[in-house]
Amino acid sequence: MADFTSGFWNAYVMVLVALSLAYCIFVLVSNNKVDRSHELNQLHGHVWDENLCEYNNPLPRWWMYLFWITVIFGIVYLILYPGFGNNKGIYGWSSAVGENSQYQQEMRKANEKYAPIFDKYAKMDLKAVSADAEAKAMGQRLFLTYCAQCHGGDARGAKGFPNLTDNDWLYGGAPDTIKTTILGGRQGMMPPFGPALGGDGVKDVANYVRSLSGLAHDSLRAQRGKDLFAQNCAACHGPEGTGNQGIGAPNLTDKTWLYGSAEATIIETVTKGRTNRMPSFESFLGDAKVHLLAAYVYGLSAKTAEK
Amino acid sequence: MQSQATYNYKVVRQFAIMTVVWGIVGMLVGVIAAAQLVWPELNVAEWLHFGRLRPLHTNAVIFAFGGCALFATSYYVVQRTNHTTLFAPWLASFTFWGWQLIIVLAAITLPLGFTSGKEYAELEWPIDILIAVVWVAYAVVFFGTIGKRKTSHIYVANWFYGAFIITVALLHIVNSAEIPVTLTKSYSAYAGVQDAMVQWWYGHNAVGFFLTAGFLGMMYYFVPKQAERPVYSYRLSVVHFWALIFTYMWAGPHHLHYTALPDWTQSVGMMFSLILMAPSWGGMINGVMTLSGAWHKLRTDPILKFLITSLSFYGMSTFEGPMMSVKTVNALSHYTDWTVGHVHSGALGWVAMVSIGSIYYLIPRMYGKTEMYSTKLITTHFWIATIGVVLYIASMWISGVMQGLMWRATNPDGTLTYSFVESVKASYPFWTIRFIGGVLFLSGMLLMFYNVLKTIAGEKAYNAPVLAPQAAHA
Repeated sequence: MADFTSGFWNAYVMVLVALSLAYCIFVLVSNNKVDRSHELNQLHGHVWDENLCEYNNPLPRWWMYLFWITVIFGIVYLILYPGFGNNKGIYGWSSAVGENSQYQQEMRKANEKYAPIFDKYAKMDLKAVSADAEAKAMGQRLFLTYCAQCHGGDARGAKGFPNLTDNDWLYGGAPDTIKTTILGGRQGMMPPFGPALGGDGVKDVANYVRSLSGLAHDSLRAQRGKDLFAQNCAACHGPEGTGNQGIGAPNLTDKTWLYGSAEATIIETVTKGRTNRMPSFESFLGDAKVHLLAAYVYGLSAKTAEK
Repeated sequence: MQSQATYNYKVVRQFAIMTVVWGIVGMLVGVIAAAQLVWPELNVAEWLHFGRLRPLHTNAVIFAFGGCALFATSYYVVQRTNHTTLFAPWLASFTFWGWQLIIVLAAITLPLGFTSGKEYAELEWPIDILIAVVWVAYAVVFFGTIGKRKTSHIYVANWFYGAFIITVALLHIVNSAEIPVTLTKSYSAYAGVQDAMVQWWYGHNAVGFFLTAGFLGMMYYFVPKQAERPVYSYRLSVVHFWALIFTYMWAGPHHLHYTALPDWTQSVGMMFSLILMAPSWGGMINGVMTLSGAWHKLRTDPILKFLITSLSFYGMSTFEGPMMSVKTVNALSHYTDWTVGHVHSGALGWVAMVSIGSIYYLIPRMYGKTEMYSTKLITTHFWIATIGVVLYIASMWISGVMQGLMWRATNPDGTLTYSFVESVKASYPFWTIRFIGGVLFLSGMLLMFYNVLKTIAGEKAYNAPVLAPQAAHA
């Protein structure tokens, strides 16, 4: 995309840059021929506010040299690098645009160096990778950089962010499913039922939902909520409330709660619905790194399951 | 030969005292914010959360403390060096009350979370309009006073104050162009990377003209006055003034290295930032060399200590700044505490110290005296403040470089050696040292407050008679 709406602005910037540099040079040249023979500390002649006056000493030489060096450096820099209007400069350097940009070069270099290390595992079965100590260490390092912000350094999650160590899965815990989740991301969406059910209806459903996992509840309300659940919720969460991993509908009969099991929290969830998003990492990390991550995440709960 | 008229000291007095008050408030908020980084549990309520206190701190120290210091000294200097009274004194009084209202509104709206989201320009559009009105009034008073001067030449301090007033008006109005949605919410008139560029054109020139040109104006009056020596070089003041004006305007893009800003824009910003080093140092040289022949005064005069130390920090920051604008250095320093340290070596070391020195000069003269209540307390203030600044910037240098190195460290497989949170954990000791530095600097301000109270207690406000200008001697 062009940086300017018209060629005029490019010329405008170049003229201003040239004028500013020319002014610095003018200042330096015009002060170069100061008669240095006369004595230092000559007063300039004006007095303000009783005793404020000024010497008219020449500019310190070292200061002028410093100024010259920076000005010359600046001009050379503008010739070699982009900076004078949108000229590209002799080196044609670019931070990120084009094959030879600094970003692309550094990425190529890094890929050459590191890709073989990851490729070694990319061909292996995920379960085998999860059992490899070195792969696990690499997976953990990736996890701490890219996943820990949401799922926590210990992968135990937080409100709205699934715990990855409990062997309870929204979309399924098979190694390949985990990899699919990381590659493509997931969009979780529970629609709001507040308008359809009304305040009392929501409260009834919430009590029924609590009853499913044996939590304290108002049995009268839970009884009424059962029918409402069958009509409104069972399509996704199943008639028994055991969920559906195909669409990421949580199992409501277990002790795992993504947003919390308090009556008020469930009422909020049913009333307003929930939207949640796990970003896609395919284009950002590439298949090989996601492979290691999937194996690492699988290993976290596979261990739990064995206990 | 003295005329009957007296200088308008009332508005100077008001601003001078509020400088001390807002200095304490602004730095206290800074110390609280620093404590919140060390002890996150201090983020007690949403309106006292770090994210809201931080802009309150920056606005309070820059615009309330720094702003009041600039108003006070510029109103004093423009009268004394032009040998005339203030133009439109009622308008000057309006700028005082208007500016205080703006500060109070900022102190209310920022903790409530009303913000335009632009750094150092967070205040919402009704306050932005108020700022523009007060600022235009300030310009009218200042340039009106120069217009009725009794001297043939305009003293150098006035050029710097004048440049500061004009440029800040331009910066504020352009950067605050926004579309109001409600009374408390607006959106910037610019979008995407253009918005970022306008913001940092504003942001860096706020440093260049608010925090540099304005305070150089202060320096050019109070350093030669307190040292009782002539300014070292008139020629140097002309050269570095114009060179500063020509080059500062370009420096903004160095805040956006390696972002979506076009490469050429980043480079030209970096190049002019480097060229800016010599013009900046011109001011330091002129100030420090003014003391030649009077170095012995530094031993006994703590006000001069404040002024000269401020120039040393000014020289140091204006060397550090161009270095940090170099892309390779910036790739390490950007987003780290190094930036925070750099800002504070300028803000505490230069801006606050030159203001404190000037206010110590000003306060007794507002009450017909020439000395503060206690010179010893000024000396104590100087040493506490200096140790505070050194602790602050040294800890931020170390943690900044450490963070930069930790973030780029990689394992043999190319993964990052440290997760972000590990660099946060490693920063705690330095944040504690920074907090201590801040507490020291704030304590110095409290000493100053006591000293000011003692100086003015029982004293009558005084307005000095306007002096007739002296004939120039050849």
